[in-house]
This record gives sequence, structure tokens and C-alpha cells, in this order.
Amino acid sequence: MLEKNTDGKNEYILQCEGISKAFGGTQALKDVQLHVKPGEVHALMGENGAGKSTLMKIVIGLHKQDKGTITFEGKPYQVKGPVDAINAGIAMIHQELNPEPHLSIADSIFLKREDTVGKFFLNKKKQNERAGEILKQFNFPYGPKTLIKELTLAQVQMVEIIKAVSSDARMIIMDEPTSSLDSEETDHLFRVIRELKAKGVAIIYISHRMDEIFQICDTVSVFRDGMFITSAPLAQISRDELISKMVGRKVENVFPKVDCKIGDVVFKAENLCGKGFKDISFEVHAGEILGLSGLVGSGRSETMRAIFGLDPITSGKMYLEGKEIKNKNPRSAINKGICMVNEDRKNFGLCLLRSLRENISLPNLPKKQRGILINQRREIKECEEVAKQLTVKAASIEHEAFSLSGGNQQKVVIAKWIMANPKLLILDEPTRGVDVGAKSEIHSLMCQFAAKGMAIIMISSELPEIMGMSDRILIYHEGSINGEVTRAEILDSTATEEVILAKAFGGK
Amino acid sequence: MLGKIKAKSAHNDSLRMLMGKYGIGIVLLIMMVVIGIMEPAFATSNNFINVATQVAINGMISYGMCLAITTGGIDLAVGAQLALTSCVLGVTITNSGMNVWVSCFIALLVATLFGLLNGVLIAKFNMFPFVVTLSTQLIIRGLSQVISGGKAISLTSDVFKNIYSGKFLGMPIPIVILIIITIIMYLLLHWTKFGRYVFAVGGNVNAAIASGVSEFWTKVGVYTVSGFLAGVAAIIFTAKTGSAQSNIGIGYETDAVAACVLGGTSFAGGIATIPGVLMGIFIIGFIYNGMNLIGVSSYYQSIVKGCVIIGAVLLDMVMNKRNR
Repeated sequence: MLEKNTDGKNEYILQCEGISKAFGGTQALKDVQLHVKPGEVHALMGENGAGKSTLMKIVIGLHKQDKGTITFEGKPYQVKGPVDAINAGIAMIHQELNPEPHLSIADSIFLKREDTVGKFFLNKKKQNERAGEILKQFNFPYGPKTLIKELTLAQVQMVEIIKAVSSDARMIIMDEPTSSLDSEETDHLFRVIRELKAKGVAIIYISHRMDEIFQICDTVSVFRDGMFITSAPLAQISRDELISKMVGRKVENVFPKVDCKIGDVVFKAENLCGKGFKDISFEVHAGEILGLSGLVGSGRSETMRAIFGLDPITSGKMYLEGKEIKNKNPRSAINKGICMVNEDRKNFGLCLLRSLRENISLPNLPKKQRGILINQRREIKECEEVAKQLTVKAASIEHEAFSLSGGNQQKVVIAKWIMANPKLLILDEPTRGVDVGAKSEIHSLMCQFAAKGMAIIMISSELPEIMGMSDRILIYHEGSINGEVTRAEILDSTATEEVILAKAFGGK
Repeated sequence: MLGKIKAKSAHNDSLRMLMGKYGIGIVLLIMMVVIGIMEPAFATSNNFINVATQVAINGMISYGMCLAITTGGIDLAVGAQLALTSCVLGVTITNSGMNVWVSCFIALLVATLFGLLNGVLIAKFNMFPFVVTLSTQLIIRGLSQVISGGKAISLTSDVFKNIYSGKFLGMPIPIVILIIITIIMYLLLHWTKFGRYVFAVGGNVNAAIASGVSEFWTKVGVYTVSGFLAGVAAIIFTAKTGSAQSNIGIGYETDAVAACVLGGTSFAGGIATIPGVLMGIFIIGFIYNGMNLIGVSSYYQSIVKGCVIIGAVLLDMVMNKRNR
């Protein structure tokens, strides 16, 4: 089935040529290619937003390319969705596994292609027998009737892989498969990958973990800003080369960063631990913008959510202006002067159905009362002032939040925290999903706030943004801080994107 | 040129908002005119006072329901609360011979405590309001049967009956209570911190928590107020009938939900206005009253009520299309 064609014509199992894809005005992919051979483990690498996921979504039919052709096993390939893709022979194991917890293993394996008696009735017996045989082949320790919810995450993932193989997948895409596995489980996964390889199954392996890439993969394709950069056998490329290929661009000084007077320490964290981060210590000063860099899922947002009181801190101490503090919930953080703009604006930022006024004053109501009633005249006046200060573009503060553009919504979120007049403002991905104009306005606002003596922590996954705006950058790697660079180092080019990215990948 | 276009679209916007807000008032007006033409006795001040007195009971319950729905929940226990409060009144006034006002205080306290219990169960254990209030409803009705022995207790106290039939400044007392509670509820929902938190928790609970709002206290507050208002409704109801019974209030939650929905309360949570709910309450009242006057049998009344609710909600959907 999968013999290599000796004349070399059909050496590749998957060929993507000249693929382009735009979402609205953003060009997510520009004329990219990808060539995967049967029986190889092919790594896809690139920064967040480089286009890897978009390309994979096109391959499994979740998106449709604007331009370009895909050939699978020598035949033109065009699918309408993941189920279609599985039938064609391509399966994807998603980073966040989402199987039905109440299904049995057998039901899960045969989902959407059940054995039936007649048209409607499931043939459970036959299905369980078949599933049992397949599970035995993989030495899986549970029987076909076990429910998915009784399995560990690693085992669920294995079921997904078994499901893919049993549906005769000739190519399996794995998106960050080891992100939630421990080292033993990872080893087991790698054994299975090698077995699949031996059977001629091609594997596309997306991961940020450099060590794993070199351990398990044969070939790597690098993407950057929606473009294909290079493809090479991993034996012929070094770690440093790989990082420089992923970064590749110059830092442009398009950021309105103004150097402010850096004052006293406002906030200090000592050995903070919690879910997703450990042993985090840092200080942030008045007038300083502290950038947190690192890969998605490296624990930056988790740390900040815990400091803001949204998630628990298991150990460690925090100090605000020298006094030790604890934040049981966001209310206690807000009262002390710590505010946070969440990365997920829709879920944690705004009540979209309510007016701008209500959204802006929501955290500030205790200060706006006259007796037990809200002083609405004062509320309206102050909301209008802060909306004007932040150049929110809306006809009236009585309009509902959903009627605004993403950039303006973000300004409303910032407005509500500025009204609270925080000592420490945490901004998690403040310019995500924001158009270019509003983006630079938000950057200018950050500088204004810093100039007034506010301490600012900014999380950003965009390296140019974090390098352009920060006085100091802490780099996270797998839940810990793995290095720090200063603005001076950035300006004299001793700290380049390569340096930061290398630290984010766990290097020195 | 551009400015003009912008001004025009802003005008359309405000028209849409106006219609979205007051569309239900137009429905109410049309209904009154139609019934008034068909039956002249409808458009008399006597009849209006009559309707207002009758809707006071559903009004109390609807305001509580409105809070529950706005936080994304529902309070199905209100009908049973009516029965329990009524039985507490009967037992304390008739059987124990307590002072009427002390007895009313105790009855309100009991209703409020059961509201609090609903709130704690819902907010503390994150259970579905539908399931919680469906269950506590059984408990509450059972309790009312236990304390009344399943029999009707007649209330002969004139002081007590005066709560329904008496007048204050020339107005029937139920109307006075309705006006007072409407004003308090208006202020509570639209002018206090608590009201804003109700909207925020119902609109987007995560954003509310991330803005320092306590989901727990907001929800507990909502169901406690709902319990209290059901108690007030029960006092009016019992004063009207002069009899405490454990089987009253069945199906009252339906009329309350209907009044809320007619008044623009969104089942998705986060949207409601007290004037809207008040209009909803009157629409329900006029449907009953108007059809009684015209002489439609009660079987058909129920059908008409269902149709009017669906029609009004559809109208609301069309007018607020851009909101969804």
C-alpha cells in the first residue's frame, strides 16, 4: 500500500503546493509548501501564529485554502471536514483532546463508523470484539467496554491514536501531543510513533519542545509569519540554526515606547507556585513596563491570574509596596490596586450585552455610591471622561459593548481598570485581535500610564511587541522563569529575538 | 456627507433601541384598544382599578422571577412559597391567635428563609436553579400541607382581610403595595450595585467575577428577594380569599415567567427592565380580564394567553434582530 515509488515521482505521501489563506484582512498563509514522505516523522515548527495550525486545519478540511493544491498519495485531495479527511486516510490528534467521557473505548474508536444491524441498531457485540482485537495489538491495558472517563489523559490520547490507525489512516497529525504527558508517558508515545513509522504511516508532529523534535523527528519544516521558510532533515540542522530560521526578522522600532522614570518597587513576588507555574520571583517598579515572554502555555497567564486572585496560589509570598498581601478573589486584588486585563476578552473582559457605562463602572461601583444608590450623574461623567481619555470610538457610552470593534472593546476593558486607578496593571495579550491603529493607540496609552507611575506587567506572545514596549523582559519556559533581558540589551542588540526565543525553548 | 449618513444611522439606531425597549408597550396599547372597542365596560376606571388589584399578586412573584431569570436561572418554588406563607398565616392568626402584624412578619420571614435556602443551594453548590427550585418546591408544598393538616384554615380577622379590601388615600392597598414594590425593585435593579451585579452575573459570569463581583452573594440575594416577594404576594392572596390553603399557587410560576418574557427579560440572562416586567404583568392581567368581559371561556383564555406570549416574543426577536 505504501511502497515508495521507485521512479521518484511519487516519493511524497502528502504534497501541499502554493497554499494561501487569508482571514478577513490578515494573510495567514502565503504560498506555502509542505512535502511529507511515507513513514517519516515530520516536524512543523514556528512561533505562535506562524501558520502551522492554519495549514493543518486546511489539510483536515476545517478551512479551505484560497489558493494552492494538495496531493495525497499521488491523487488530488480536497476534503470537506475532519470526517472526510479520516475517510481519505488523514487523522489529526488535537492538542486538547475532546472525546465524549461517557462513551466506552469501543464506542469511541468506532464513532461515526459504527457496526450496525440493519440501518439504525448498533451491533455492540461485534464492535466490542473488533475493538478488543485492535486494543490487543497495541497492548492497551484496558478492555473495549471501559469508559473513556476512567482513563488518564495519556491513555485517552492513545485511544485517539488507535482510532486513527484502525480507520486505516496513512498520515496522522499530532498537535503538541506531549504537552500534558509526563516523561514515562512520552516515552511510550514515542515507542508507538516508531511502530507506526515502521508500518509506513507518516506523522506530522507539531511541537515547541526542541528536545523532542530532535529525538523523534526525521525532517523539519519551518514556518514564519505565514510563510514557508525551509525544510531540512534534522540530522543536517542545529538547534541554533533552527531558532534563527524561526525568528528571521529585524526588530523594527515602530513602538511608541517612551522611557519613564523608574521608581520604587511596587509589586514583588517571592517563590510563587500554583497550577502551571512554579517558583516565580520577580519585582516590578513604578513607571516600569515588565514584559513576560514565552510560549503559549508556559505559565505566564496562569501566574498573573493567580496574582489577581482568579486562581489559587499554593505557596509563595506577594508584596505590594512592601506589605505582604494575599488575594483570595479578584475583589480583594482590585481593592488593593491590582487590576488585570484578561487575554480572553469575550469571556473574561466584557458583558457584551450591557452598555459601555455599565461595563466600565462594574468593578468601580463601591466607590460610586451615594448612600445605597449609585450616583448615576457622577458615574456617567466619569465614564465619559475615561472613555474620552482612552479614545474609545463609540457614539455614546450607553451603547452595548458588542456593537464596538475589537480594538474599541479592548479599550473599554482597559478603561474600567484605569478608572480603578491601579498601582499595578496586568495586561494579558492586550493587543490580540486588535487592528493596527488601535494597537498602537493601546501602546501609547501604556506609556502614558507608566509615566504616571503605574507599574505595568504585559504578557505578549508577539516578540516584536514585547521587545518594543518593555523596560525589562522575563522569559518563561515550562512554568518557570528562564532568564531576563533589559531594554538596554535589546537596544544595543545583545538581546535579539533569537536570544529570547532560545530561552523560551529552554536554552540558556 | 459622511457626517449626514452617520447621523442618520445613529437615528435609526436610537429608533431601534426605542422600539426594542418599548415595543411591548405598543402591544399593550393595541390590546387595550381592541378589547376596549369590543367591550366598552373594559375602558372604565373601575375596571382598571380592578385589574391593578388583581395583578398585584402576580406582580410580586414576577419581579422575583425577573431577578432569577436575569441571572440565568429560574425560581419554580414561588407557587409553593405562596401556599406555605398562606398556611403560616392561617396557623398563626387563626389557630394561635397571634397579632396579625407579628404573624405577617413571621410569614415573610419563613418565605425569605426558603428563598435564602434556594439561593445557597444554587450558588454554593453550583446546582441548576431549575432542578433546585423544582425540588424545594416539593419540600415547601409538603411542609405547608404538614402545618395546615391539609385542610383549609379560614381567616376571619378584619384587620387582616383589610390588607386586600382596604384603601389607602383612596387606592386599594394591593395597588399601593404594587406601586411601592415596583419603585423599590426599579431602584434595586437599575440604581444599585446589587442590580448591576445581577446584570453582570447573568450577562457574563466570568467577566463579572474577573471584575470583582461575588457570584455567590449576587445569586443568594436574588433568590432571597424572590422568596420575600412571594411572601408578600401570599399575604395579599390570603387576605383576598380569607382562607389559608396548602393547594394554592399551583401554576403561578407560569404567569410570572410569562410576564417576564413579555417584558423583555432574556432567558439567556443579563437583560431585563422593571418597567418592561410591569407591562408584562399588565398584559397578562388584561388578557384574563378582557376575555372574561368579552365572555371567552377559560379554556380558550389559556390558548389565547399562549398565543399572545409567543407573538410578543416573536415581535421582540424581530425588533431586536441585530442584537443576536
